[in-house]
Amino acid sequence: MSITKLADKINEAKAQGRTALIPFLPGGYPDREQFWKEILELDENGADVIEIGMPFSDPVADGPVVEAASLKCLADGIDLKWILAGLSDHRAKIRAGILLMGYYNPVLQYGLEKFAKDAREAGVNGLIIADLPYEEGVEFRELLAKYDIALIPLVGLNTKPERMDLYAKDGNGFCYYVSVLGTTGDRDSLPEEIKAGLKQAQEIFDIPVALGFGLKNPSQLESLEGLVDGAVFGSALIRHIDEGKSSAEFMKVWK
Amino acid sequence: MKKGYFGKFGGQFVPELLMPPLLELEEAMEKIMKSNEFQQEFTRLLKDFVGRPTALTHCANISRELGFNLWLKREDLAHTGAHKVNNTVGQALLTKMMGKPMLLAETGAGQHGVATATAAALLDLDCEIYMGALDVKRQSHNVRRMELLGAKCVPVESGTQTLKDAINAALRKWISAQQTTHYCFGTAAGPHPFPLLVREFQSVIGREAKAQFKEKTGELPYMVVACVGGGSNAIGMFHEFVQETSVKIVGVEAAGTGEPGCTNSAPINLGTPGVLHGMNTLLLQSEEGQILPSHSIAAGLDYPGVGPEHVHLHDIGRAQYGTVNDHQAMNAFQMLCKKEGILPALESSHAVAWVLENRKSIPKEANVIVNLSGRGDKDMDILEDYLANHAK
Repeated sequence: MSITKLADKINEAKAQGRTALIPFLPGGYPDREQFWKEILELDENGADVIEIGMPFSDPVADGPVVEAASLKCLADGIDLKWILAGLSDHRAKIRAGILLMGYYNPVLQYGLEKFAKDAREAGVNGLIIADLPYEEGVEFRELLAKYDIALIPLVGLNTKPERMDLYAKDGNGFCYYVSVLGTTGDRDSLPEEIKAGLKQAQEIFDIPVALGFGLKNPSQLESLEGLVDGAVFGSALIRHIDEGKSSAEFMKVWK
Repeated sequence: MKKGYFGKFGGQFVPELLMPPLLELEEAMEKIMKSNEFQQEFTRLLKDFVGRPTALTHCANISRELGFNLWLKREDLAHTGAHKVNNTVGQALLTKMMGKPMLLAETGAGQHGVATATAAALLDLDCEIYMGALDVKRQSHNVRRMELLGAKCVPVESGTQTLKDAINAALRKWISAQQTTHYCFGTAAGPHPFPLLVREFQSVIGREAKAQFKEKTGELPYMVVACVGGGSNAIGMFHEFVQETSVKIVGVEAAGTGEPGCTNSAPINLGTPGVLHGMNTLLLQSEEGQILPSHSIAAGLDYPGVGPEHVHLHDIGRAQYGTVNDHQAMNAFQMLCKKEGILPALESSHAVAWVLENRKSIPKEANVIVNLSGRGDKDMDILEDYLANHAK
């Protein structure tokens, strides 16, 4: 596995004329056993990259659905050790790229170098730290690169070109474009100005651009043809699972 | 020193979507706050609206018992009843001059919420206050005050339903409302530049205290003491004295109910380094980095983190940080009521209690200034409950 794997996965989908699918599920949701079954099901049903949430008590960038799911996982005793150990056990069966998403403090307490090493051994390809902007992430980004793990840049509607340039300079994996000025959570429509923002991101980054936050159904991407290489969806998937429906069924709609 | 850091502590650990408003705020601090127009208007508002300078009161009765001089810097006499208004008037004025129509804030005890709502009303800004649902219940009087002042108070039901969750909710709101809204952060904590911004507005406390004390005695005090939750009243008092190395500086954290292992609000004494609410600081947290619930009988101290400058002052040994439990604070509260005719906030009672508990280590004839950060009217329900349950 290499640091380019996430980009490769998304580019493969692009070559097939489709948008790469990136489902998100908090580690240990809806429960310890079912979680790995869901991950394998997502993988078997078309996920190109799977994003696993690392639950945190104070998830500032998350909306109510992801927050409630994460807090349930914490109440069930899920921690980074559990996620990484489970991933080690299951990784060989998963075809998709693996991305971990969370907040800085749990990773910091785990130990940055130990985390990078253990994540690499567990088969993690990339990392999203929601509260680590460019300036605070310089050293960690270098450390992760030594272990072939991409630190995914998150940019959005209010990110000026000069800040996108900063991220693009060291960017690997893919650029995660946040669709709204807000928290995670599906929305009925996306803001119109998103087209200009995505176009700018496509021009500045030489890695694929994925869209996340607010996605509810594939029709939202129809008007964004050529601008989005990957789509991330979390809250809609969590709600779907909460309704007792299967991940396979969810993926069918997006494929 | 790295930008936005106090030694190893501070920084800007926020989602990228919050970087633009933080950079905008930094620029406003450089351009607007330094202008004569801002400074003149801020000074006028502090004098004519807030009621500054607040008094420096010598506690003659308690001093006789202690054998040294206890002085109180009377932020309880500021408009709205606490030091918070210094900061909110400053930030509201800045917001107005930045051309934004709305203030957003979090509050724990409710004092910052009331002070923000007050400043918003004065300067004709819309105002929305996030408050933990538990704090809404224990500080209902302040919720009513905020509403009377025209603010919308939003109870936060998630997490521990206290200040830390109110901050999370306010940060989330700020992400979506940043174009029209300034987040009026309530304490000298959070991501850069808030620790500097709040210190700038609160440092009037220490400047006045120093000048007033010098005028009365011709000297510097032996010691300055203040309670520390996030730490804004304390840094406001301490800043002017940090360079005066003869002056001892003492911050007082809340030890909760006091028994070993109890839930507390003392991250400098009992916490470990970590990242929360945009800053690298000391935190009450589990080994896995999950934030632990905090507790203090004083809602305004009930926070699992602390402003990064305090951690730095502790780290370099310039300030000492002690702890006081609920019971000790309550004793100090009653003593100040009965002996001096002053009803202090439970937060400030912690600072007074530290002096009473450490009286033997303070030299005779020494002069100790305690920052009385606010008045206790807001705490009447808690006080009555406590006294009813702990009657001898």
